[in-house]
Amino acid sequence: MLRDITIGQHFPGNSPVHRMDPRAKLLLTIGYIVILFVGSNPLGLALSTVFLVVAYTVAQIPLRLITKSLKPIVPILLFTAVLNLFFVPGDAVFTLWVFTVTWQGLYNVMVLTVRIICLIAGTSLLTYTTSPIVLTDALERLLAPLAKLKVPVHELSMMMTIALRFIPTLIEETDKIMSAQKARGAELDTGTLRERVKALIPVLIPLFVSAFRRADELAMAMECRCYHGGEGRTRLRKLQLGGLDFVLTAVCIAVFVLIGFSGTLWGMLPL
Amino acid sequence: MSVIKVEHLTYIYGEGMPDATVALNDVSFEVERGEFLGVIGPTGCGKSTLITHFNGLNRPTKGKLLIDGEDIWAQPKQIRRYRFKVGLVFQYPEYQLFEETVRKDISFGPRNMGLPEEEITQRVEEAARFCGLSPEMLERSPFELSGGQKRRAAIAGVLAMRPEVLVLDEPAAGLDPEGREMILSQVKEYHKQTGATIVLVSHSMEDIAKYADRVLVLQGGEIAMLDTTANIFARADELVALGLSVPEVTKIFLQLRAKGIAIPTDVYTVKYGRDILMDALKRKGGGQHA
Ligand SMILES: Nc1ncnc2c1ncn2[C@@H]1O[C@H](COP(=O)(O)OP(=O)(O)OP(=O)(O)O)[C@@H](O)[C@H]1O
Ligand SMILES: [Mg+2]
Repeated sequence: MLRDITIGQHFPGNSPVHRMDPRAKLLLTIGYIVILFVGSNPLGLALSTVFLVVAYTVAQIPLRLITKSLKPIVPILLFTAVLNLFFVPGDAVFTLWVFTVTWQGLYNVMVLTVRIICLIAGTSLLTYTTSPIVLTDALERLLAPLAKLKVPVHELSMMMTIALRFIPTLIEETDKIMSAQKARGAELDTGTLRERVKALIPVLIPLFVSAFRRADELAMAMECRCYHGGEGRTRLRKLQLGGLDFVLTAVCIAVFVLIGFSGTLWGMLPL
Repeated sequence: MSVIKVEHLTYIYGEGMPDATVALNDVSFEVERGEFLGVIGPTGCGKSTLITHFNGLNRPTKGKLLIDGEDIWAQPKQIRRYRFKVGLVFQYPEYQLFEETVRKDISFGPRNMGLPEEEITQRVEEAARFCGLSPEMLERSPFELSGGQKRRAAIAGVLAMRPEVLVLDEPAAGLDPEGREMILSQVKEYHKQTGATIVLVSHSMEDIAKYADRVLVLQGGEIAMLDTTANIFARADELVALGLSVPEVTKIFLQLRAKGIAIPTDVYTVKYGRDILMDALKRKGGGQHA
């Protein structure tokens, strides 16, 4: 069902990864994504995978959650894998009717799959260990210089916070409305595509109505508490870089540099 | 034969996840045909979870659910049959309205049943009348109605399917006393007229006392008590220990009894209480004056 979606879900904990400064985590995650593309060779990918496993272990997040967060992208993975397998020219491994599987194709598929899995798992680790509120806070701080260029940084991050805050609520609401309509005999998961789209109307309309109602109520509640935008707002919890952040960041950067140069290393290996 | 039979039903939310919750734990009981069963229990004890099993919206993690003796999950493809047999009115059902007019919304259920057009019209009008919606309201948009009227429209949407078993999850929550009375007395009327089985979940002991024949008390996902209404409310101390209350009249009678006055403890309706008091007073009047 809808609640099985784990992307963007937060698992509270007290590991070093949880306690790390969100700004550092955010930047390191971006760094990790970049390095995945720079170090797209067997050695680099192996190192990236090991790094990920270590990070998950330190964060005490069970690895099997990765499989769950991968589920939605399996079709894309399969699609690109098939394309690469059959349509990359090179030395043939075997031929099936008009399709030829090549060594280069196989290599591409492997690199691609590992890279996507690491990409998803790496970014998931960020959201698993950082609550959305803290994350947008970090984003706001990192983007703060843009406010000088009249970019409404605070408003944007407030919008993001609110949006993230309401995702679980909306999922719950969707579940409830779907149940209510099913109780009246609605068939939501059978039929042709056309029928299914039509069957969604009884779910979508109440959902929108209630989303607007919630938005109204929230705006009212915020005004009642004298919210007036970001100007002059102070924070209860200030983000502060500590020793742990420096150590972990240094370690990560070292690993990233290693992965970055893995292409050269790989080339030097006597294979 | 009982109309609903629950056999060793266990339901776990998010099984296998770190935050799995056991909402129901090995629950077994039967709902008799034609009875009016009340379900009570503290918040989060699993009432809503239990009743969403009755029409196959939740699938038991373990155990079985039989309707008319048939395991409803024997053929998962056929589950819709049971949804028409067991009508379920959710908590705050007004949030499920979606059509342009009240009429269209009420006919959603009957239309899904594949009934002919005349029958749909007839059922919609009957259900609307039953729930106190005027014919003029049928042509209005459901979003223009008041909260109480929306609630009635939503309940009419389920009644129009003429379910053999009507399950209601706190149908009167958040309504004014008149609205509560109206909705519950119409449910009782449906019970009387059609002989349908009713399962009513409520936090109001007064409502349960007034309408239910039997009461199921849930606590922490397990059955704490299941007995006739009189017997349940006679166990007031246990109910209070579960964090529930008893009807106001029962409270008064329990206090009177604690003062040493010889009266029964199974008083749970005002009418019965009045009779007993009159009786006691008569006896006292007949004897010596205090
Ligand atoms: N969708 C869900 N996901 C996870 N846990 C849930 C979900 N729905 C209910 N629960 C949990 O299951 C338990 C039973 O919930 P349920 O809604 O059945 O209680 P209830 O008796 O209807 O309460 P109330 O009187 O407040 O309506 C609770 O502990 C609740 O936290
Ligand atoms: Mg409930």
